[in-house]
Amino acid sequence: MTENKIITELVDVPGKSEFMVKAERVVKSYGQNTVLKDINIEVKRGEVMCLVGPSGSGKSTFLRCINHLESIDGGRLYVDGEIVGYRQKGEKLYELKPKEAAAQRRDIGMVFQRFNLFPHMTVLENVTHAPIKVRKQNKAKAIERAKELIDRVGLSAKLNSYPAQLSGGQQQRVAIARALAMEPKLMLFDEPTSALDPELVGEVLDVMKALAKSGMTMVVVTHEMGFAKEVGDSLVFMDGGVVVEAGDPRQVLDNPQHERTKAFLSKVF
Amino acid sequence: MTNQQESQGSSSTRSAASEANDIPPIKAIKLRHPFRWIFAAIIVAYAAAFVVDAAINRPVYDWPTFGKFIFDKRISEAALVTLELTVLSMVLAVVLGILLAVMRLSPNPIFKSVAWFYLWFFRGTPVYVQLVFWGLLATVYPVIFLGLPFAPPLLEFPTADVPVFWIAVIGLGMNEAAYMAEIVRAGIMSVDKGQEEASTALGMSWTQSMTQVVLPQAMRVIIPPTGNEVISMLKTTSLVAAVPFSLDLYMRSRDIAAPIFKPIPLLLVASAWYLLFTSILMVGQYYLEKRFSRGATGMKLTRKQIREAAANQEESDD
Ligand SMILES: Nc1ncnc2c1ncn2[C@@H]1O[C@H](COP(=O)(O)OP(=O)(O)OP(=O)(O)O)[C@@H](O)[C@H]1O
Ligand SMILES: [Mg+2]
Repeated sequence: MTENKIITELVDVPGKSEFMVKAERVVKSYGQNTVLKDINIEVKRGEVMCLVGPSGSGKSTFLRCINHLESIDGGRLYVDGEIVGYRQKGEKLYELKPKEAAAQRRDIGMVFQRFNLFPHMTVLENVTHAPIKVRKQNKAKAIERAKELIDRVGLSAKLNSYPAQLSGGQQQRVAIARALAMEPKLMLFDEPTSALDPELVGEVLDVMKALAKSGMTMVVVTHEMGFAKEVGDSLVFMDGGVVVEAGDPRQVLDNPQHERTKAFLSKVF
Repeated sequence: MTNQQESQGSSSTRSAASEANDIPPIKAIKLRHPFRWIFAAIIVAYAAAFVVDAAINRPVYDWPTFGKFIFDKRISEAALVTLELTVLSMVLAVVLGILLAVMRLSPNPIFKSVAWFYLWFFRGTPVYVQLVFWGLLATVYPVIFLGLPFAPPLLEFPTADVPVFWIAVIGLGMNEAAYMAEIVRAGIMSVDKGQEEASTALGMSWTQSMTQVVLPQAMRVIIPPTGNEVISMLKTTSLVAAVPFSLDLYMRSRDIAAPIFKPIPLLLVASAWYLLFTSILMVGQYYLEKRFSRGATGMKLTRKQIREAAANQEESDD
């Protein structure tokens, strides 16, 4: 195991850990309401993990913990070998300063159900804003790179349009390009197609498939079981803040072992 | 797209109309509203009587004196001072108001309570009383020290050295800041929570997401009521007499009126100038509001932006 790990690190992985995301006994509560109870999840580098489960099961909360939009109350959460939101010195944990937390977040892209594009900026500005203002990239370089990304999501013709002038599917593709412009090592998707009209879902999933093929590590909360089967390397079914079942997407979806998984899947299909 | 739909719509109505050609249209006697006309006539008659009466029967209005002073140099200078007071105190109020609103919404409990206390105090006491207090500042605090508490001051100067004009600006501006803070806060809260979340997820600091993402969008909600506040401030400046500051439009016209015993025509002179400025501001506000309520879903585009977008569209169509 240890040997194996060292080898993978030596061979092709410049990062620090075999696992891009590692959750150990993660607990998260809002007041009295414990939303995540003892979550153990591992996402390998380059893996596409799909997260499914009924509404209120804690999927979004878990994603938000991964990039420290929420802090956890128990357990350990690592991204690329680093503890999220804290620094460990000996036995003690120290809360990160806002600046350090922001630096951690920079390497994690997030795509939201409701796109959350900046409505007062054009498509190009949406994509270049963070690289220029946060990463302090050279403006010309950032624009060039943004144009490449916008081209990759098929929206070169819309460079100077405003989000309100785009369809939902186009907005979501811009949102993906915006996240990619920060050159993240991990991408989080929170129900990226749930707010879309059915005929627009495909174009967004296509972009995500291409991204998965390029080797990006992805955690995807989704109800698109077809996508999970086709692209997912693993699937986790959550309910009531616990992981009920995990494994190969095709196996879990076609042959669920737990009653709760069966009940949920019968409702989704 | 819309054009197409419209033309389809009208063609279908036309065909329906041609089928219905032989049906005679309704020829009814229109319902009359005699009381509307009677009321309107009564109001107009009263207004006319008032104007004629004011012009002929009321010598105290003293229109010749009004005419003599309306373009008096002292009056126009005072009008300028009133404008300066308005602009400067509004600038102070907007800057301070944004600061207070941001403090009130910040996660820091000390900032929050300081801002809350400020609003509680400055909204809870009358402007007039506040202005009197500012006027008495030199009596209470004869010397102003700048520096850290319980440490030797870095800078000190007598309060009496601060020009009364600036005392008035500070007094008006600090009161108005409390109201502006609420306007700005409403604007910030009108921006979708997802905007801050998205900018945080991109690695922006709280200050960055506030100034670069949230505030620019909040402006749409902030600007129209701010126009109102400017108009209101223009007239509130007449209270600076409480400081006492006497070079503004209202006090200047009182001072001119006193030795010649003609208070009423000079009040009319001052009112005319206030009305002129207010009218100009109202026109400005009309255009600002139009500009900021354009477009449909969330984003309002300026004419320049629409032109650019159209140009782009053509480019990509080619
Ligand atoms: N900021 C918050 N404050 C309090 N409770 C919250 C907060 N965010 C989420 N919750 C609660 O946490 C639970 C899990 O919410 P979460 O959004 O993670 O569910 P989800 O699995 O993403 O559901 P959905 O499919 O509806 O998006 C819910 O009961 C919700 O009410
Ligand atoms: Mg959710």
